[in-house]
Amino acid sequence: MRTSRYERITTYTVLIAFTLMVVYPLLSIVFLALHRKSDLVTGFAFPWHPDLSSFTAAWTQDDGSGGPGFSTLFANSFIVAGTVTVISAVLSIGTGYAFGTMRFRGDRVVFAIVLLGIIFPYEATVIPLYYDFQSLHMLNSLWALILPQVGQSVSFGTFWMRAFFRSSPKALIEAARIDGATSFGVLWRVLLPQARPALMTLSTLVFVYTWNEFLLALVLIQDSDKQTAPLGLSYFAGTARAGDPTKVAAAAVLVALPIVVVYIFLQRHFIRGMLAGAVKE
Amino acid sequence: MLAFLLFTLAPLLHAAWLSLYDWDGLLVGRYVGLDNYRALVSDPDVQASFLHAGKLVGFYAVLPIGLGLVLAGVLTRHPVRGMTFFRTTLFLPQTIAGVVVAQAFVWFYAETGPFNRVLELLGLGDRVTAWLGDFDWALTYVGTIGTWVTFGLCMVLFVSGTQKISPSLYDAARVDGAGAVREFLAVTLPGLRNEIVVAFVLTTINALRGFDVIYNATSGGPGNETYVPALVMFQNAFRYNKVGYSCAIAVTLAVVIFAVATLINLVAERGER
Repeated sequence: MRTSRYERITTYTVLIAFTLMVVYPLLSIVFLALHRKSDLVTGFAFPWHPDLSSFTAAWTQDDGSGGPGFSTLFANSFIVAGTVTVISAVLSIGTGYAFGTMRFRGDRVVFAIVLLGIIFPYEATVIPLYYDFQSLHMLNSLWALILPQVGQSVSFGTFWMRAFFRSSPKALIEAARIDGATSFGVLWRVLLPQARPALMTLSTLVFVYTWNEFLLALVLIQDSDKQTAPLGLSYFAGTARAGDPTKVAAAAVLVALPIVVVYIFLQRHFIRGMLAGAVKE
Repeated sequence: MLAFLLFTLAPLLHAAWLSLYDWDGLLVGRYVGLDNYRALVSDPDVQASFLHAGKLVGFYAVLPIGLGLVLAGVLTRHPVRGMTFFRTTLFLPQTIAGVVVAQAFVWFYAETGPFNRVLELLGLGDRVTAWLGDFDWALTYVGTIGTWVTFGLCMVLFVSGTQKISPSLYDAARVDGAGAVREFLAVTLPGLRNEIVVAFVLTTINALRGFDVIYNATSGGPGNETYVPALVMFQNAFRYNKVGYSCAIAVTLAVVIFAVATLINLVAERGER
């Protein structure tokens, strides 16, 4: 059964209209960022003479306008997001393997607690965390950002890897066992090589969430040279937005850029992970 | 697992414990029982914040789900060329940090920003204002940011849902001569039942817990027009040094979120029978 020409035109019109709605605000700030500080930009101004000086100014912050350059902030964010991703991937392989292939006492209860962690509003824990880290003398350290986010990511990671290990064929595991492989051997030599796509999705998602995280950093980090990129952007925008809008726009584009690049290359992994994250609730 | 217990569950219990004290974060706290909870019921900022969160559910949940359904309905009619492009673009806002989204929209809705230029082109030049600073409009425009961020997620969720609907149902509807609207109501909408519930729970939770975008776009202003619970919690803890009180808000927010999520699921299950 064919649909009419009229209907096809409607479909594309609707899709293009929504696409423009998404793209227009984003292009606006990209275009703003491609102007010089001295250009008085109003509205949706196409950069006829694109200029990267706002980007370099935000990256180095060497004009003494306060705040660390985004090169420092990016380094912090890479350390935090990278560490959280690696640790939670390793831990999630372990927990997911246990929940997915083994039965042990109380496994259902423990798994229910893990699931609770996924829908949990972590906003409610930020304030006590501040005082907990204060008493541990860990405020202003990147570990104060890494540890809680590992906790949150492992919740989802356990759920995700458990689903993968459950779906892997039992016969394969049994065959390896008969060949005398230990439980660790089964995991390392038989299952992990197949787990690469699942791990890829998990790592992408955790990296992006951690990179974008804001409230924890806002509460736990005060030293300007320990700030993450989103936190630095927030402070910088607060002080410089009125005086230097193009540089703030450039900084905002910089903070989003690594994630957008990752997203465009790995969008399948990304969307699959986000959907799984939604459906499990 | 241990990390989760240490850094998620323990702080929540700690928050519940602190919420029973009058504590400034420095000196020894004083046990006050449920006084903090009594106080927050009559606190105009807290009242405003939960009221705003309720309104934001319209923009963060209801509207994106509606738009997502329309798009899913349109996309079931025939194969679309460039689907990957459209899907990738419409989902894009989900991936961008809230801080960045806030910067983009502060500029977009600024008095000299792109949105007002569109209004001028439409002959509405006399309506131009700084929308996020406007007492009557700030909350609505903050809400539209939430809609912008969320509808692509809803669409992708619903489109993947429609792929699970048996094609024979669509064939049957078309043989019966159903048009686009009838087909949507009779086949697509019932088939997406579970996805709609999931989307509603997810987006409602996001509406209630929202912080990043609002903190960076309006800081709750103008006045307290865009106060939301997480923001009031943050201000009480770190601006007014009312830590016990702020924890009471945190616990209330967590309870409300769990209650709303449970309620939506219960209503959905009952409707199924």
